[in-house]
Amino acid sequence: MATTLTLKELSKKEDLLTHGHRMCSGCGAPIVVKQLLLASDYPIVAANATGCLEVSTCISQYTAWKIPWIHNAFENAAATLSGVETMYRALKKQGKLDKEIKFVAFGGDGGTYDIGFQSLSGAAERGHDMLYVCYDNGAYMNTGIQRSSATPIGADTTTCPAGSVIKGKTQPRKNLTRIMAAHGIPYVAQASPSHWKDAITKFKKALDIKGPKFIDVISPCNRGWRSRTDDAILLSRLAVETCYWPLYEVEQGFTKITVVPKEKKPIEEFLKPQGRFKHMFAPGNEWLLKLAQEEVDREWERLRKEAGSE
Amino acid sequence: MKLKGWKDLPPGAVVTEAGSAAEFKTGSWRSFRPVWLAENCIQCLFCWMYCPDMSIKVKDGKRGEYDYDYCKGCGICALECPGKKGKKAIVMEEEGK
Amino acid sequence: MGKVVAVTGNEAVANALRQVNPDVCAAYPITPATDIMQRFTSFVSNGMVDTEMILVESEHSAMSACVGASAAGGRVITATSSQGLALMWEILFIASGSRMPIIMPVVNRALSAPLNIHGDHSDTMGARDSGWIQLYSENAQDAYDNTIQAFRIAEHLDIRLPVMVCLDGFIISHSIERIEYMEDEPVKKFVGEYKQVYPLLDVEHPVSYGPLILPDLYMEYKRAQHEVMTKASKVVLDVASDFEKISGRRYGLFESYRLDDADIALVILNSAAGTAKDVVDEFREKGIKAGLLKPRLFRPFPYGEVADALKSAKAVCVMDRADSFGGFGPLYMEIASAFMMNGNKPALINKIYGLGGRDFLPEHAETVLNELNDIVKGGKVKTHKEYIGVRE
Repeated sequence: MATTLTLKELSKKEDLLTHGHRMCSGCGAPIVVKQLLLASDYPIVAANATGCLEVSTCISQYTAWKIPWIHNAFENAAATLSGVETMYRALKKQGKLDKEIKFVAFGGDGGTYDIGFQSLSGAAERGHDMLYVCYDNGAYMNTGIQRSSATPIGADTTTCPAGSVIKGKTQPRKNLTRIMAAHGIPYVAQASPSHWKDAITKFKKALDIKGPKFIDVISPCNRGWRSRTDDAILLSRLAVETCYWPLYEVEQGFTKITVVPKEKKPIEEFLKPQGRFKHMFAPGNEWLLKLAQEEVDREWERLRKEAGSE
Repeated sequence: MKLKGWKDLPPGAVVTEAGSAAEFKTGSWRSFRPVWLAENCIQCLFCWMYCPDMSIKVKDGKRGEYDYDYCKGCGICALECPGKKGKKAIVMEEEGK
Repeated sequence: MGKVVAVTGNEAVANALRQVNPDVCAAYPITPATDIMQRFTSFVSNGMVDTEMILVESEHSAMSACVGASAAGGRVITATSSQGLALMWEILFIASGSRMPIIMPVVNRALSAPLNIHGDHSDTMGARDSGWIQLYSENAQDAYDNTIQAFRIAEHLDIRLPVMVCLDGFIISHSIERIEYMEDEPVKKFVGEYKQVYPLLDVEHPVSYGPLILPDLYMEYKRAQHEVMTKASKVVLDVASDFEKISGRRYGLFESYRLDDADIALVILNSAAGTAKDVVDEFREKGIKAGLLKPRLFRPFPYGEVADALKSAKAVCVMDRADSFGGFGPLYMEIASAFMMNGNKPALINKIYGLGGRDFLPEHAETVLNELNDIVKGGKVKTHKEYIGVRE
């Protein structure tokens, strides 16, 4: 009973994240959540790490969720959901529940790459039947744009400000998708809200596979990226087209690039519209752009090799 | 909504009414308003898919008007709108003008 | 009735948990609580319980998983000690604030630094403000009985709060004692079926757990949480009364030992109370009216009842197996508050003893009782707070 993947068909489904949530205008995260919720043919129970998505979707008596949802703390969405999922198995085993339910955790990059990493790694190793979706906007946006391990090299954040001596973040971002794939879990992928069909196909696939799954989704934040409110889709598309954010999946250990850009655009096209990279375009800072490009090239080539498309 | 006293609160701050955020109107945040020009619309529904605020009403697979109670005016829909023959089906207009 | 066995405190607690047969258990090893979970997982591996285990990668995740499992809608347990409890600290408040009836035996152990694996009460005293109900246990029998009763207290619909059952590391957890087990059936009947409240797994009625609450409502939620605590004493006593019917063993909010006409009294928690009671008897034989109060329910603290029980005492020493550095011992502060409630003002002194597993010996109790006796006979209070059993 798979829903045909056309927008016409998908639009007939109920919004399980309602309007009235308080995410900033033009935020990418609700689009990511919407695509995930549209992908499921089963009831979903979700856990949410503390962060923008969490504080903006459930305040006082107002919840934007039409599915069961739990927020516990910042670093423990995966552990919390592993508790929920285990209780589900316990009650099912005892015959107290018979419904087929899917379990999804949402976390930002701070709650996933950094403080929630141990909890995520533990849950992945234990084999819980759950999908962890990271909406990665590359910094701690909820607390005011502090650098995280997902912040790209060169980016200007409030804790690695681009100054006269230090030019923004000096380290490349942590490649969490690879780290999760190294856990040997059945399914790991990267997705982008701009490529909705690719994203929904991955979400569907992940929800159908038993065991732990991880999908890292780029999620533009116009406040933190210092861009326009209307460019979340444009920028996430550019992230894919420059190969900054390759769309690929690792299924049972096999890597497949799911969207190959027609032409690989220079990284400048992704960086230029964003104020956080402005200093990289100043005279004398060309080396930073070069570093950023090298970083992208290296990973893209490595991926192509792994996917056998070299 | 009248604020409840401590005796009337649900135990553990559980929110029991799913989707109650719909009572919170975010339309007042808008400084630019998207305007839908039906004649230029090819019903691709990209605007619906990319709307972060679930503010585009779609019925039977066809888009209709905006739900201005919730639309925050980000403009993603207008930017992503492919339009018809080079003419956008969504344009942004400044509020109050 | 039950059967008499010779077991360790940990074994007794593990057996109580087996008899209750919880739905989910999250566990992470830490000395001296590890043994409870080792024994419990062997029950799981041998099909003696239906419990699903979550063998987490930290205590933080243990408590996080407990919160998730409890919200999902079932009976949830874990156990810990010391650093483990400290690592859980953040989530302890979420468990209580979200009104989740999680049961956690805590085998009391000192906190680092310096690292020490032996018994004192620094860990659970540090968690006394976390919104959990705390029951303390003198011996393995108390620990077993408290564990069983904890489920009924936690899950009572007026309460719905998590409960810590505290027992002394090694002294009780690893010493073999004679205790009486109940049969499985009466225990199962006593705890009854788990009652779900807003289960997260009810997909037909989706609820949201863990909203952001702003200043306009936060205080109302805390006021409501305070109210629940005010109801806990009654529930603890009701559950104890039901428990007495099936076990023959009587429990209160605390134990009053020879207090009725006491001139001098010790207030002391857990295993050291056993040693101290023997010394109280010796003083009584010498014609000195000594008594002892051993709190069982520490949170919520039964101030009025405790003050009333100590009303005849002219000099009282509160013995703390934990320190609040820069303050009095945590138990002392409660007793001082209790006396404020009934206007009774005996001479009140505080001794810090037994930290990091330092033995509490009869002579320690003897010295303290002699000091109290001197105070009553007109001597002055020399030191309000003092470490005892410590080298100069």
